[in-house]
Amino acid sequence: MSETIMPYLTLGAILFCIGLYGALTKRNAVLVLLSIELMLNAVNLNLVAFSKLGVLPSVKGQLFSLFNIAVAAAEVAVGIAILIALFRHKGTVNADEMNMLKK
Amino acid sequence: MLDNLAAFFSNGANIVFFVFALFAIGGAIFMISFTKVVHMVVSAAVTFLSLAGLYVLLNAEFLAAAQVLIYAGAITILMIFGIMMTRHQDEDKPSVGRSHQVLALIGVLCLFGILFYAVQHAMFPPAEATAAEDNTLEIGKRIFHDHVIPFELISLLLTVAFVGAVAIAKREEE
Repeated sequence: MSETIMPYLTLGAILFCIGLYGALTKRNAVLVLLSIELMLNAVNLNLVAFSKLGVLPSVKGQLFSLFNIAVAAAEVAVGIAILIALFRHKGTVNADEMNMLKK
Repeated sequence: MLDNLAAFFSNGANIVFFVFALFAIGGAIFMISFTKVVHMVVSAAVTFLSLAGLYVLLNAEFLAAAQVLIYAGAITILMIFGIMMTRHQDEDKPSVGRSHQVLALIGVLCLFGILFYAVQHAMFPPAEATAAEDNTLEIGKRIFHDHVIPFELISLLLTVAFVGAVAIAKREEE
C-alpha cells in the first residue's frame, strides 16, 4: 500500500487552526505575526504534499511553496519594522492598544 | 483497528511522519500556551524544523533546506530581535476576555471540523509513483525556463519590501 495524502492534509488543517486561534486571541503583535507564519507554513505543507502525492504529481507545488516562503519573509520584515516604529511612537506592541485610527 | 495500527507502525516512513507530526503539533500548542514570549518563539522554531523534516519525507530536499535557512534561521531570529527591541520582560497576559477566547475557540473548532470532514471525504485517486530525480536540478530548470518572470517579480518584491522596512524602522530626524 502506497502512502496516502490524508495524514499530511490533516496535519496541515491542525496547524492552520492552531495558528488561527493564536492570531485571534494573542495580545502581543509579534505573536500575532508568528501565528500568521504558522498558518502560511500549513499551506506550504499542503502544497508540497500535493506535489508528491496529488493527482498530477509535479514539482510545481514546490515552486509555489518557494514563492510563498519569499512573500512570508517580506511580510515579516515589514511587520517587524512597523512594530518597532509603533513602539517608538507609542511605547506598546499590544494589539488592543493600536487604536490611533479610531478618533 | 489494532491491526491497522500495527501495519501503520511497521512502515519506517510512517513512524518518521508520526514523530515529526507530533513535534510540529507540540511546538504549535506550546507556542500558544507558554507565557514567556521568548519561549513561544523557540517552540515555534521547533515547529518549523519538524516541518522541514516532513519536506524531506516528501522528497522536497531543496525546500527543506530553504525552510531551515529562512524560517528557522532568519524569521525566528527576526522575531526574537523584534521582541528584544520592544518589551521583552512582558509576559503575554490574555487581556482579551474569557468570552472572546471561548468564541474564538468555538469558531476555530468549527473550521477544523469542516476541514477534517472535507479531507476525509475527498476522493483522491492514487498517484502514480514518480521516479526520484534530482530535486534541486528540477526546480532550477523550472524556475529559469518556465517561471522566469515570477522569479524576477519576487526578487523585485523582496527588494522593495526590505527597502521599505529599513525606511519605516529608521529613526526619524527631529
